[in-house]
Amino acid sequence: MLSEGAVKEINELTGKYANKRSAVMPALFVVQREYGYVNEEGMREIANILGLRPVQVFEVATFYTMYNKKPVGKYHIQVCTNISCSLLGADHIMDFLSQRLGIKVKETTPDKRFTLSAVECLGSCGTAPMMQINDRYHEDLTKEKIEEILKGLK
Amino acid sequence: MFEPVILKNMNAPDSFKLTAYLNSGGYQALKKALEMNTDTIIQMVKDSGLRGRGGAGFSTGLKWSFIPKDPTIPKYLCCNADEGEPGTYKDRAIIEKDPHQLLEGIAIGCYAIGANNAYIYIRGEFTLGADRLEEAIREAHAKGYLGNNILGSKFSLNIYVHRGAGAYICGEETALLESLEGRRALPRIKPPFPAQVGLFGKPTVINNVETLACIPHIINRGAAWFAAIGPAKSPGPKLFGVSGHVNKPGLYELPMGTPLREIIYTHAGGIKGDRRLKAVIPGGVSAPMLTEKDLDTPMDFDSLAAKGTMLGSGAVVVMDEKTCIVKGALIVHEFFHHESCGKCTPCREGLDWIVKVMRRVEHGEGKEGDVEVLLKLCGDIFGRTFCPLGDGAVMALRGAINNFREEFEYHVKHKRCMVNSEQ
Repeated sequence: MLSEGAVKEINELTGKYANKRSAVMPALFVVQREYGYVNEEGMREIANILGLRPVQVFEVATFYTMYNKKPVGKYHIQVCTNISCSLLGADHIMDFLSQRLGIKVKETTPDKRFTLSAVECLGSCGTAPMMQINDRYHEDLTKEKIEEILKGLK
Repeated sequence: MFEPVILKNMNAPDSFKLTAYLNSGGYQALKKALEMNTDTIIQMVKDSGLRGRGGAGFSTGLKWSFIPKDPTIPKYLCCNADEGEPGTYKDRAIIEKDPHQLLEGIAIGCYAIGANNAYIYIRGEFTLGADRLEEAIREAHAKGYLGNNILGSKFSLNIYVHRGAGAYICGEETALLESLEGRRALPRIKPPFPAQVGLFGKPTVINNVETLACIPHIINRGAAWFAAIGPAKSPGPKLFGVSGHVNKPGLYELPMGTPLREIIYTHAGGIKGDRRLKAVIPGGVSAPMLTEKDLDTPMDFDSLAAKGTMLGSGAVVVMDEKTCIVKGALIVHEFFHHESCGKCTPCREGLDWIVKVMRRVEHGEGKEGDVEVLLKLCGDIFGRTFCPLGDGAVMALRGAINNFREEFEYHVKHKRCMVNSEQ
């Protein structure tokens, strides 16, 4: 069950829009924060609060890539593999991370600490190659810099 | 040396805070605009020659003039901050470092078209940007630059931040509206255009971040000042985001029409390791690539269109002589394939087929005739879709094949790459 605070937050979100349904996207972020990912229970709760059919929430959740439909590690490492980052060695960055963490792309470490993903352009092309860990951007990456960053993660 | 306009505050300490913005003369344009007639403002924006910086290059003043004048109909302004065209990172800089400049532009735009509610649709990954905008909105409300009866006038405005969740298609304006209404971001058929039937079915203007950031400067310094920068038909300051194989990648604000050569060799410091330039994408990956012979092309809407490509978002992606064009094209088309929303068959199925063929060509399993298959598929997609995503993918692929066909053929024939022997 969503916490009381989360339900209140979703209700308040509707005040931003002329139409309650518009609150689906921000509500899905609330669910993701609460459960760690977007699960069916959370989506049904959103439908209930916003007066929608569950499918109207499912269809949105499955369209957008930032809603994790299954649990991810504590640190979700997303490496940009689009053109500007690739020109400056994104594939080496990915290989290095994969080796360092002992997992392939799309996998999570057995201790549930890290998930490694390849993502499309994150709008950080002047500081390529780059990756995002949870909400934070890490730019101008080198192997040494990645080591530092990983060491800094608790 | 060109004096920056949009980026002028970027290096000030705490440039994202209201105090920094006010110190640089911020919100004076809003004050001035609120004393002007709305038609005068729209005319001024038309006269400035400002064209949309999101890529389409449509006259901003003209777009605003399409909004019905009836004061009883609610109207909306949506700021398109879903910056997603690979190579592009200009709007993010404005949002993170000078959010009030954007808010002031939005406020003036809303006043001009009679909108009391505006949404900033920001791509979901820009968490820092979204936080900065929320904070800037709070600051502006507290000081009376937003909210009810702004600066003592009769004009009231609320600006809301709406976060996307990772879908390139939301940069297409009607898909953005669908997304804002809480649905899958499938583009709408036009007409009706958003100026008549937009957000929540009401008249809506959708403008890019950089476009709106130009507005306060036009109000402050006049239409003639703006129109005198760069080419007459495509004037103003422009942000060029340079990435790839250059010594100094970064964001450069220069007059529209600055030659591509000057951007790459003077501002971005030339090609890394003194290698030769092989190809350059002038306006984000949808824009067909150019080569060395095109380097003297002025970077503006019309000059690039005359070369068969486009200014797009002004994202300049530079590739040196060691770059495999087939691999580059595959990366770009994996992207388009991933981002196709699935609404129209030609784009959804066509791009799926294109990447399947391109993968086998890249990985040494190409078949004779594959290049022709790719070109045939391009023809099957182009002009047959609701939105420009499919067209962009086709233009990019045709640009790669037209300029470097021998590399594609080499991959097919020799099962390996022409430039990097290890591949």
